Amino acid sequence: MLFQEAPAETTAYMIAGYLVIFGVMLVYLTSMLVRRQNLLSDLETLQEIEKEL
Amino acid sequence: MDPKPRLLTVLDVITIIFLLVATYMVFFYAPMEAVMGHVQRVFYFHVAAGWVGMLSFLAAAIGGIAYLRTGNLKWDRVIVASVEIGIAFIFINIITGAIWARPIWNTWWTWDPRLTTATIMELIYLAYLMLRSGIEDPERRARFGAVYAIIGFLSVPLTFYSARLFRSIHPVVIGSNQPGAEGSFDMTPKMLQTFLFSLFTFTLIYFDLLWHRLRLGALENKVEQLKLKTMR
Repeated sequence: MLFQEAPAETTAYMIAGYLVIFGVMLVYLTSMLVRRQNLLSDLETLQEIEKEL
Repeated sequence: MDPKPRLLTVLDVITIIFLLVATYMVFFYAPMEAVMGHVQRVFYFHVAAGWVGMLSFLAAAIGGIAYLRTGNLKWDRVIVASVEIGIAFIFINIITGAIWARPIWNTWWTWDPRLTTATIMELIYLAYLMLRSGIEDPERRARFGAVYAIIGFLSVPLTFYSARLFRSIHPVVIGSNQPGAEGSFDMTPKMLQTFLFSLFTFTLIYFDLLWHRLRLGALENKVEQLKLKTMR
């Protein structure tokens, strides 16, 4: 990058970086949501079993 | 499950607004860096993600000390929640660093002290989650987790200071710069404002995620207790 006149063309790398940032955050949020749904369903089943006992 | 607190909804909304403003500042307010071009914009959220990761691991270590002192299982939930968030954000930090490095260092990866210590730190906490899942007894699991979180925290200052203590090409943002650093730059006032705003926004994201994850932990605990009760 020595003696360069204009900034380097690195837009694609910036886009890739932000896709990773928002992608990972979205995956983590989704994983929490899925785990919550599964736990609520488990809780419902366990409460039914408890009633039967 | 307890209904969602009103304050958490308020925090969700504030966090989303701050994230939108921070994103706007990164792309439209902060000027383009003269040498690196647009890829330098990755820096704002890259550092902020690293900050959240280290903050999470600090919270986990504090949770570890609190659990060993009190024996209250709620601290175990703080540890696991913080470690999980920390892993996600250090992962973002490492991957965005590699993406930035490709055009600036001309390589995706190099075994530089900062990159190496950050990777070791990530692996230490990944191992925590794996080892933790192998312990059935909640008390034993919490005790193990507490000790591990305290000892594992040693990797955090080591990572933070690695670019300052050892010969590194990784730029140092806070404090004096390394003479051998490649890709360092002087921040203009607008860049500095965007950087500080991003740090604050990511801190909000951490507390918001932590609260949600703690609620999930409480639900996990409830299901586990009920499982044990029905198995008897």
